[in-house]
Amino acid sequence: MSQYKADIAAGRLSADEYAHNFADLHPALSDHQALVEADRCYFCDGAPCTTACPTGIDIPMFIRQISSGNPKGAAATILRDNIMGGMCARVCPTETLCEQVCVRNDAEHKPVKIGPLQRFATDKLFAAGKQIFAKSTSTGKRVAVVGGGPAGLSCAHALARQGHAVTVFEARDKLGGLNEYGIASYKTVNNFAQREVKYILGVGGIDVKLGQRLGSDVTLGQLRSDYDAVFLGLGLGAVNALALEGEELDGVLDAVAYIAELRQAKNLAKLPVGRRIVVIGGGMTAIDIAVQTKRLGAEDVTLVYRRGVEHMKASPYERELAQISGVKIKFGAKPVRLKGEGGHVRAVEFEYTHAGAKSERFTLEADMVFKAIGQKFVAGPVTGGNDVLELQDTRIAVDEHRRTSLPDVWAGGDCIAGGQDLTVSGVQDGKIAAAAMDTFLRGGAGKRE
Amino acid sequence: MADIRNDFLGIKSPNPFWLASAPPTDKAYNVVRAFRAGWGGVVWKTLGEDPPIVNINGPRYGAIYGGDRRLLGFNNVELITDRPLDVNLREIKQVKRDWPDRAVVVSLMVPCEEAAWKKILPLVEETGADGIELNFGCPHGMSERGMGSAVGQVPEYVEMVARWCKQHSRMPVIVKLTPNITDIRFPARASKKGGAEAVSLINTIKSIMEVDLDKMTPAPATDGKGSHGGFCGPAVKPIALHMVAEIARDPETRGYPVSAIGGITTWRDAAEFLALGAGNVQVCTAAMTYGFRIVEDMVEGLKNWMDEKGYGRLDDFIGLANPNFVEWQDLNLNYVAKARINQDLCIKCGRCYVACEDTSHQAISNAKDGRRHFEVIDAECVGCNLCVCVCPVENCLTLEQLTSGVDPRTGVPISKEYANWTTHPNNPNRTAAE
Repeated sequence: MSQYKADIAAGRLSADEYAHNFADLHPALSDHQALVEADRCYFCDGAPCTTACPTGIDIPMFIRQISSGNPKGAAATILRDNIMGGMCARVCPTETLCEQVCVRNDAEHKPVKIGPLQRFATDKLFAAGKQIFAKSTSTGKRVAVVGGGPAGLSCAHALARQGHAVTVFEARDKLGGLNEYGIASYKTVNNFAQREVKYILGVGGIDVKLGQRLGSDVTLGQLRSDYDAVFLGLGLGAVNALALEGEELDGVLDAVAYIAELRQAKNLAKLPVGRRIVVIGGGMTAIDIAVQTKRLGAEDVTLVYRRGVEHMKASPYERELAQISGVKIKFGAKPVRLKGEGGHVRAVEFEYTHAGAKSERFTLEADMVFKAIGQKFVAGPVTGGNDVLELQDTRIAVDEHRRTSLPDVWAGGDCIAGGQDLTVSGVQDGKIAAAAMDTFLRGGAGKRE
Repeated sequence: MADIRNDFLGIKSPNPFWLASAPPTDKAYNVVRAFRAGWGGVVWKTLGEDPPIVNINGPRYGAIYGGDRRLLGFNNVELITDRPLDVNLREIKQVKRDWPDRAVVVSLMVPCEEAAWKKILPLVEETGADGIELNFGCPHGMSERGMGSAVGQVPEYVEMVARWCKQHSRMPVIVKLTPNITDIRFPARASKKGGAEAVSLINTIKSIMEVDLDKMTPAPATDGKGSHGGFCGPAVKPIALHMVAEIARDPETRGYPVSAIGGITTWRDAAEFLALGAGNVQVCTAAMTYGFRIVEDMVEGLKNWMDEKGYGRLDDFIGLANPNFVEWQDLNLNYVAKARINQDLCIKCGRCYVACEDTSHQAISNAKDGRRHFEVIDAECVGCNLCVCVCPVENCLTLEQLTSGVDPRTGVPISKEYANWTTHPNNPNRTAAE
């Protein structure tokens, strides 16, 4: 019997191919394109797009400002409601948010391209290097923000504007959270996540401590005693396991970790990728890993989702993106076993899940298998010790102001219960929490007894 | 198919679409291209005395835009032809000879002295041109020299020069009027008194297109300075329609031939002018924006519409709208209309609602059962038409006449009787109803 060797290799493509495959998915609008597109906005009253935006951006107003030749005003309109308006313009599933409800759909089945216009406006501001926010007079209050992702940075920025001294504790060595480590790279080219972080910090009054993980480097109890209030934007620290035979084999990987590695890779040609890839899952992470491995040069990428297309969390747009990238999607099958040879995965055995076909099985050969069946919150750091937060459905329980069960602790983003797991909703959590924290810090309603 | 051959003052053309005296008719090359494209006639760009005038070497044109840079308004600071008189005359003669079925009218502008007119008229007549158009409309450059609109603004001059032209020429005379005047009827009457066979209008309106906020110069600007130019294009059409209609209903000029000019871009624009009594139309901005080929659709579109309406010839509908152009006091105050929203077409943009709510009569509701839904509140609606004007979807919002019952806004029963302001009880000067 010959020695089995998985086909995993780096440098499958030419430099040009890598550059092409990981270029901006949607190139920025030119001035002319932006004007033409902005022209299509009807400036609706009580605009459905604004209602659909989790951060409530005044979309008709910013588009009107683009039309009138006031791009700085447009960017200010966006960033006042969503400090990560630049990133959201790139990664928001607009087809299920603002653009889905655009009234142009009714008449022409063609919404105004709100996302690209939002990017146009914010890009102009960033390119001009204009800081439009300033911090207020110092209140003398100190706030700890744990987690430098969208929720944490949004909260930190809003609090800093109010004059509070903010310290951000981030476990990794860069701020940005999933914007930096999770978003598919062709959606945020040219190091945009870090440019946005820089802009956010530009308001001043935000101190950053990198490499500080809650639970090990710093504890909730410590923060509560050292600071006047705490915001937790912890994200989801772990991925769900398949709990199947063979999961421990080499080549069975966590999609989130691989994407982070890809995002941080200085040279994509040095990133090894399998010839045959199987992705298990049906959300955005599953799509992102499938598309990116395909674009790294994998020959066959098959995404297998347990349920039907109608249940898939990834939007139709994302699904199409995968399909036109050459990813094969199979619905209605779940993995039952990972088969290996020489300690490395070689194939995945699936079973159909739809009624009637149960117990019928098929096998897909794979050099790499990616698990993308959801992430979970690591509750240890907020449930151990004396400072215990109440959880709800395994994540942090919060009220409508994003306040936790502890009176001086707020939380937002993916780590709280009932969220949408989107950048934009994290930003909104941080914004809402900051408003409540500001009231609290100024001794208003909700003052600590 | 409808016959759209045109006879204006005995000048015949295969269709009523002439190119107005302007840059597109400055030389044979352009005019021949226009005739090849199908234009019925041209008014040759204004000839003047030698030595020819000079034009600036900076921008001559400016524009204002609607959505997607659609040109809505246009202006120019170009003067009359800057080519020697004999060159133009030679070309006119040749073109008329080559295109005998097309109308070739020559626009003229010389100083307000009889000798000057007496001198140029025979030269034009010799070309075989079909007629002349007196340029009393140009509002820039030439007017400062006592010509163009400087003449058109003084009815006595209009009459005087028209008379000279009739005396010293056998050609039909059209007087081109300037709209830069308080009441267009006065120069029109003067033109008629002077013996000119027709008027053409409107020429352009004095304008500054915009101000360059970086350089603080009006546009178009030459070397940092801007001068007023003549405004034209689609935006001026309503002004032109009104002036044409005023002349048509003035008892002193009723039936006086009018060649209509002003923002005509499509066959529909042209048909509107004809319906208000114009004998034919002249086009410039639309051609300068899109090229000569637009005449194809003008010709076909007009014919198709006439066929649909059962009009065999232009005369069948020329002037049909004139009796319906009345004074405000003649409008029927018993006519009651309410806005109606076609819910199948409504895209729920809310523009009708906010326009009515913010600036008018609070007559549109924006929610129903907690959903976005727009409906007219008849008890508040005055039938003002603002909602119809701002609705982005054609035919979604319309005004509908109430023909029976009671107007929910006023509580007054709908009357089928016609009653206007002249007999209204609130009018202190009312006349007793019969």
